[in-house]
Amino acid sequence: MTPQSSFMILAPIDPQREAELRRLLASMNDAPGRVNANNRLIPFPRFDTLHVARWLILDDKTIDDGRVYGMPRPTYPLYLTFLGDVDGGADAFLEELAARAPVGLLALFSCCKGFTPETDLVAWMKKHTIPSAAGYVNWRGRTVRRVREEAALREALEQHVQSRARDLERVPPREIHATLRQLVHVDIAAGRLTLSAEGPTPFKWWFGNLLHLIGVPLLLLLASPLLIVVAAIGLVRLRRLEKTDPELCARVDQAYSAGLALLEDHDVSNQFSAMGSLKPGLVRLWTTIFVLWALDYGARHLYTRGRLARVRTIHFARWVFLDGRKRILFLSNYDGSLESYMDDFINKVGFGLNLVFSNGIGYPRTKWLILDGCKDERKFKEFLRRHQLPTEVWYKAYPGLTAVDLERNARIRQGLDSSSLNDREAREWVALL
Amino acid sequence: MSTQELFGVTRGEVDYGDVQGLVRFGYKRMSEASYALVRVKSVAAARSWLRSAPISSAATIDPPPSTAMHVAFTATGLEALGVSASVLAGFSSEFLTGMTEASRSRRLGDVGSNAPPHWEWGSSGSVPHLLVMFFAEPGRLDAFVQRSTGDVWNDAFDTLRRLSTGDLGGLEPFGFADGISQPAIDWPQQRERSDGHIAYSNVVALGEFLLGYRNEYDKYTDRPLIDADAASAGLAAAEDAPEKKDVGRNGTYLVMRQLRQDVRSFWQFISRHAGADPAAADTLAAAMVGRTRAGDPLVPIQDHAIPGIGSQPDQIRRNQFTFDQDPAGVGCPFGAHVRRSNPRNTDYPGRQTGLRRLIAALGFGRNRFRDDLMSSVRFHRILRRGREYGPALSPSDALAPAPPNDPERGLHFICVNANISRQFEFLQNGWMMNTKFSGLTGESDPLLGNREALPGCPVTGDFIMQEDGGVRRRVSGLPQFVTVRGGAYFFLPSLRALRYFAGTQR
Repeated sequence: MTPQSSFMILAPIDPQREAELRRLLASMNDAPGRVNANNRLIPFPRFDTLHVARWLILDDKTIDDGRVYGMPRPTYPLYLTFLGDVDGGADAFLEELAARAPVGLLALFSCCKGFTPETDLVAWMKKHTIPSAAGYVNWRGRTVRRVREEAALREALEQHVQSRARDLERVPPREIHATLRQLVHVDIAAGRLTLSAEGPTPFKWWFGNLLHLIGVPLLLLLASPLLIVVAAIGLVRLRRLEKTDPELCARVDQAYSAGLALLEDHDVSNQFSAMGSLKPGLVRLWTTIFVLWALDYGARHLYTRGRLARVRTIHFARWVFLDGRKRILFLSNYDGSLESYMDDFINKVGFGLNLVFSNGIGYPRTKWLILDGCKDERKFKEFLRRHQLPTEVWYKAYPGLTAVDLERNARIRQGLDSSSLNDREAREWVALL
Repeated sequence: MSTQELFGVTRGEVDYGDVQGLVRFGYKRMSEASYALVRVKSVAAARSWLRSAPISSAATIDPPPSTAMHVAFTATGLEALGVSASVLAGFSSEFLTGMTEASRSRRLGDVGSNAPPHWEWGSSGSVPHLLVMFFAEPGRLDAFVQRSTGDVWNDAFDTLRRLSTGDLGGLEPFGFADGISQPAIDWPQQRERSDGHIAYSNVVALGEFLLGYRNEYDKYTDRPLIDADAASAGLAAAEDAPEKKDVGRNGTYLVMRQLRQDVRSFWQFISRHAGADPAAADTLAAAMVGRTRAGDPLVPIQDHAIPGIGSQPDQIRRNQFTFDQDPAGVGCPFGAHVRRSNPRNTDYPGRQTGLRRLIAALGFGRNRFRDDLMSSVRFHRILRRGREYGPALSPSDALAPAPPNDPERGLHFICVNANISRQFEFLQNGWMMNTKFSGLTGESDPLLGNREALPGCPVTGDFIMQEDGGVRRRVSGLPQFVTVRGGAYFFLPSLRALRYFAGTQR
């Protein structure tokens, strides 16, 4: 299995060149929200391990929210960020990127502070790489290549089913499976279809993952006496804070919201980028750190097969701390419209939303960290929209395919791989077509 | 002692006299109706007409009236009437931006031939200010309209469009029984408000259909709350902010869309695919709709009752079912119109309780392909109040080629909901137009779909019928049967709010 990794480059923009940068980014699109995949700067489809990528300027409209706690208005640099999710290692990808798109990267990064034409691109990108506090991958080890091969497989099966509809009528499911399996083998032999075997799992990754799987609970267990005490104190303190923390969920400016909507719903999937500041104090900070750490553990070991709890519409997502953990950035790639995305979350994993986001300034009031909060649907939706940032450029390697599509195709492939299915399995497999 | 007192809950009783009757009644007896879409010509005259217009309330009257009149406003209409910007700002953003904003058109499927620039009304330059609806018992409509639209009316308004309706005897233009499934509004506000409903109920919180009351989230939906002053003195106080006056209370949002139905194209396509066999044609058409032409569901009726569908044999026969009995989509296709518009699901699929529910909530437990693909329907119900237009055309007559000047047929779709984006728009976008609904791909609603290609989805005009144990049947190349001809978002005010908008004599 080839595990995915993510990369994120973050650098302060040279204020003199912001306008130029915005022009460059816009030039990568056919229209707002619609990337020109073959744009001159970064020819995304040429990177055949790249799932999703985006460029955005972190222009935080909520930067002054700390005023509700009497905090002075902070001064953060205006950042440019470029991030994506790839098959295999991130470093290897950055090297490939620098080798294939040096001119485009040079043009874009030249708008950042401290970047000159003489700068070594790869070293600079690695130096400006920023890690995620938590990451989510819809399906661990499903490569872009596999996505494409399985989509082609489904297409081929569709055609076989259509052209042989009469032969397949009133035939038991196991026979249908056998017939189609035979046809696919012919396709493969004739070179019309490719179904590559899974690559070897890198030992280093496998071992590290295993250590993480075992080590984290072990550490938690060892530290549990202390943790229980700290958690109890923290929870009492947290409950007090919850009662007084102000909400900032006012209606979002119409024009700002319309600008964001302009970028959405061009594909069956969408991007979401949002940022905000953490509530002041150590309790909130450590709660956030712990929650994201737990989330990352869950995403890494438990939710690796198409479902984040009950949610089946996220391709990739991540949470990133910025500016000494004063601010947090959330980025995701999801299916459907924003409204249905938010509904899905509120109704299915509201507790999780509250855990993760309620430590941000202005979040709708929670109770015991997991209750209420986003259940105040209107406030939550305004809160999220208010923190949302326009994603300047967004690329997805497989437009038109949702995460559920990918799962269906994977299940079709899986069923095809086995030479004999029992009646129930065959029935379920045939129903997927 | 009433139930409310018993549980110590004080919820505002509904003042039916303040609610426009359309929210409570479908006016079946008043089979004649027409709609006027107008623009304000003179503010003073318009206000004067509104002050004296006999707008019908939801209070029951004995004997029942033979006519009814309702009025609703677009955001530009309220502005034209002089409603202040600060009051307007309290309305929901969907209402304020309107139906034709570009990104909204993408979500609603209003692209291609459905796009607003092709509309007869509702796009820029032809946005109505007011929708005035007239209903009457047979033979009484013309006189009623004439009586209600005299000199003051003529001074007040320019008529943008006068939409007539036809009575097809309970059928919609394609020939299917219509209006069978409607949510039951929880007027007494006694619906259980806990999280995590595990059984499908047709009873939906009052706040989903009327502003100023608690909705399915047990919260209040956006509406303008204003300071009390002389002008707003007649308005009710807000339940959630008693110091404020609630412009929205007892009012709601009304969505109107004129949908042209190509009845000939529909039956000709069906007939072609059914090999000109009328029985097979009926079966295919029923699969697309999800009910037979008589209105019977395609899945078996269940034994236990469903709250809010009624207890008459006819109501049971038509509505005592969910799709739990048909998890493989063999009885009723996943993509059938009624399964898309109301999947009859709950917060947790599989009715788990206790520990198993916790396991399901955390996403462990069983892991089947079609689990959990849809949002819980109780947050996405609408109350339909539309009427058909154009003459009837039977399925067999529809097979004949269209004569010259074949009259237009269709539906003046009207629905009522408190949250346009979560109810109407979600339904239209996430369930009707969505080519990925319920794990499907390559098809949108068989009746309403626009068949427009999407990036990576060149085909959206398929229709799949699952076969028990066999390979699904696919009907390809569905043409566009329904075209949007106009539309707008309106606010259907309470009678108090109407008086507030109309102002006092000056």
